[in-house]
Amino acid sequence: MARESNFKNMFLCLLIICFGGSALLGGVYLITYEPIEAAQVAKVNQALGGVLPQFDNLPAQEAYEVEVGGRKATVYPGTKNGELTGVAVEATTTKGFGGQIKVMVGFLPDGTINNTAIISHTETPGLGDKINPKKSKFPLQFNQKNPESFRLAVKKDGGDVDAITAATISSRAFCDVVDLAFQVFRKSIQQEGGDQ
Amino acid sequence: MSRMKTLVNGIIKENPTFVLVLGMCPTLGTTTSAINGMSMGLATTFVLMLSNMVISLVSGLVPSKVRIPAFVVVIAVFVTVVQLVMQAYVPALYETLGLFIPLIVVNCIVLGRAEAYASKNTPFDSFLDGLGSGLGFTLSLTVLGTIRELLGSGSFFGFKLLEGDGILVFILAPGAFMALGYLMVLFNKLKKA
Repeated sequence: MARESNFKNMFLCLLIICFGGSALLGGVYLITYEPIEAAQVAKVNQALGGVLPQFDNLPAQEAYEVEVGGRKATVYPGTKNGELTGVAVEATTTKGFGGQIKVMVGFLPDGTINNTAIISHTETPGLGDKINPKKSKFPLQFNQKNPESFRLAVKKDGGDVDAITAATISSRAFCDVVDLAFQVFRKSIQQEGGDQ
Repeated sequence: MSRMKTLVNGIIKENPTFVLVLGMCPTLGTTTSAINGMSMGLATTFVLMLSNMVISLVSGLVPSKVRIPAFVVVIAVFVTVVQLVMQAYVPALYETLGLFIPLIVVNCIVLGRAEAYASKNTPFDSFLDGLGSGLGFTLSLTVLGTIRELLGSGSFFGFKLLEGDGILVFILAPGAFMALGYLMVLFNKLKKA
């Protein structure tokens, strides 16, 4: 270590290193800014295409937020020839085993669940991550069910959902988030009805 | 020849995971599958190589009392670069590794190599040392991930070999400790022989 550790040297050294570092980071940020945005939009669009029935509008541009019981969710209406074919709701729960779970749930206009897609989660790989339709059949049991008659809770809690073996907490969280999505869906349908 | 030694040193003699037992948090946390372990290892390798090189370049100019903060800033810069690039070009991988990417900053291997090797050696040697340690880390994580994935979910690099669930405990934290423990025994036994 060559330099003497006096105040001026230490101050200058850290200043220069921090300045150089921030300049480099700024550059990388500028380069990666667009791909990151594009990747996030692509993800939402892909999820929308998977959960909504046929649509010919751009749901991501018509999205709006709805609040139920202090929890916010984003609503993406899907229409074909101007008629509502389905509604996708992006809802979040923090009751997961590993924290936050973000799910996109697609509803038909009568409230039947069309399909679900996971946007992000941090559940245990191999256990709780079976909430992802790509990993197991667990989420498929929700499809074509109407939460009006299908109780969104695991069987242990008196509902109609078969929980994932050894991942009851993740299963409960998934039920919770689908239930929130359904409430948001109902509220948004009522609002739409009120507007017209 | 001695350059070769620098490179191999980090892989076998001073293997960060099995011999130095450094960086246990990402080792245990990300090795639920072989591919996750490998990507984590490669991300760390990238940071190690570049931070080692830069630190060896600047270490002569850094007053010794502030060297640790200076090194940490350098490391943090490279980690953030990795994070941004991953987020932009491999978002799926970024999501699985998630929190562990920013945690490379506090990985003891990176700061350890900076302090023990890079600050006293030439940039090129430090680069090789970073590459060696990084590869050693990657190798250990890949092996550990392969074993846990094989036992825990019956698949190999994502290809399902067996139907069903496998031995669940190997996917969870206790399984990570068990697999790591046995691997350490095996590695050190082989190293002595």
